Amino acid sequence: MTNRSPAASFASVALAAVLLGAAVQLQAARERAYPSAAEVSDTALYLQSGSAVRRMTGAYTAVFADLYWIRAIQYYGGTKHRLDAATGLLPTVVEPPPSIAADAFPLLYPLLDITTTLDPRFNIAYRFGSIFLAEPYPRGADRPDQAIALLEKGLRAMPDKWQYMQDIGFVHYWFRHDFLAAAEWFTKASDVPGAPWWLRSLAATTLAQGGDRRSSRAMWMALRESGELEWLRKEADRRLLQLQALDMIDALQRALDDYSRRTGHKPDWPTLVGSGVLRGIPVDPTGARFDLINGRVQLSKSSSLYPPPEEPAAAGRPPS
Amino acid sequence: MRVTAAIAVSVFRESVRDKVFYNLVLFAVLMMGASFLIGQLTAGQDVKIIKDLGLAATSIFGLFIAVFIGIGLVSKEVERRSIYSLLAKPITRAQLLIGKYCGLTLTLGANMAVMTVALYSVLAYTAWGVSPEARATWDAPALDPALLKAMLMIFTELMLVTALALFFSTFSSPMLSAALTFGLYVVGHFSADLRNFQQVVDSPAAATFARGLYWVLPNLAQFDIKSDVVHGIHVPLGYLAFAGAYAAVYIAMLLAIAGLVFSRRDFK
Repeated sequence: MTNRSPAASFASVALAAVLLGAAVQLQAARERAYPSAAEVSDTALYLQSGSAVRRMTGAYTAVFADLYWIRAIQYYGGTKHRLDAATGLLPTVVEPPPSIAADAFPLLYPLLDITTTLDPRFNIAYRFGSIFLAEPYPRGADRPDQAIALLEKGLRAMPDKWQYMQDIGFVHYWFRHDFLAAAEWFTKASDVPGAPWWLRSLAATTLAQGGDRRSSRAMWMALRESGELEWLRKEADRRLLQLQALDMIDALQRALDDYSRRTGHKPDWPTLVGSGVLRGIPVDPTGARFDLINGRVQLSKSSSLYPPPEEPAAAGRPPS
Repeated sequence: MRVTAAIAVSVFRESVRDKVFYNLVLFAVLMMGASFLIGQLTAGQDVKIIKDLGLAATSIFGLFIAVFIGIGLVSKEVERRSIYSLLAKPITRAQLLIGKYCGLTLTLGANMAVMTVALYSVLAYTAWGVSPEARATWDAPALDPALLKAMLMIFTELMLVTALALFFSTFSSPMLSAALTFGLYVVGHFSADLRNFQQVVDSPAAATFARGLYWVLPNLAQFDIKSDVVHGIHVPLGYLAFAGAYAAVYIAMLLAIAGLVFSRRDFK
């Protein structure tokens, strides 16, 4: 009864394949005929309580932490991509309209919070997450307060993680320009057994020279040294290149201003090269040409170093 | 002893005939798919996520085998009326029950052994060619022998769940047995909540009752060391020994009660 001939079996398989092909064609035809409306972005997070999710996932919290982590990364990447596309349409906008920037990544913190509640030792979620949260728009959520809250949560789970203390100091320094608080956290980090020696000198440098480019460079170099994550090391390398580009821009601007004073008019790059002030059209450390707009040297938008970092204000000025 | 072993082998063979091991194909596809996809979706956490996924899949697949095969060990014999011919042979009901239990444990053990090899293979593939700097960022090495501790605890937990399923199946219907076993599995993972019940209720009586349940119901949360192992946290052998001894005693208790119930059951 169940013994079918090979030919009959082949015919069944072939029929199934044909029918599947037909279904695919029908779906494609329907999509061509009735294109779906614009895709709705996935901006809903139905469960916002990490504790609730933890209870619901029982013995499988680690896997669900991974899923929420993947979702956080996809959410960050997708939102940033949309924001980049939106701001790219505007001519030279770096500062976004307040309505866009105010809550550009509303789900980022809840997603990271759930991830780290499900797996309190999820190291990368704290370190990446804090950078995503602290970075100003459009590279991040512009929420240094949430970045610090996330790292402090990590410290409650792993009190001897000097890297989180260093990261908190870094957020205070770079995004809140609070050099006193930054130095305090670097000192705290240096007191943890096993922490590297240079944290103490980083604290001293921050306190003495907070806000200048040398201390920024020292900080990124320190972060690169401690970079237990490949992404952080690459980000530190990129930031160091940005600082190098800023040094180059300063030197070029001085040469250009000097030329303007002597000749009384604003030159362009070929004029400067032709007059022997420059040996060639200057390029940043990535090889992209610098722009010269209205007498100001700027990073090109096509450079991977664009936009340039906002340099911390003068030393000793705590945040209001 | 020989009779029990013969029944166990027979259960193992039956599970092979019933294509129980087909789940291994699904496991292999899941792990291979994960190894290719996860690298694209995450930021350098592939090894951690593959470990999490592999251990969770091992646990879930094993749970379904333990419950759905476990509840049928006795009921299928009754339904097919083969229980009469079995009991007509020179074997006791206790031997039959223990043999069935050992057979399913053997099936679970074989299943998990293959899954362990598959997990290590996928991890070796994922870690292949990764730079020493990137490896230094992992909480634990990709081919960490400590994963075996987690596998051992999953197996121990599954042995206990099998005993629960078998116990319920000696006096209730398969559906009810499955529901009760899954229910206890869930409760067993929240036993800490029962112990700390006084923090959420004002009634001392309710708190005492919950605390009593905490001691009586199987504590399955203690077998969950997956996260510790994945994060490279040392799990002492003493801990494993205590958890293993607890499981052995609890399983013995369940089988003893199941044997008692089964011995009094009338199959007319």
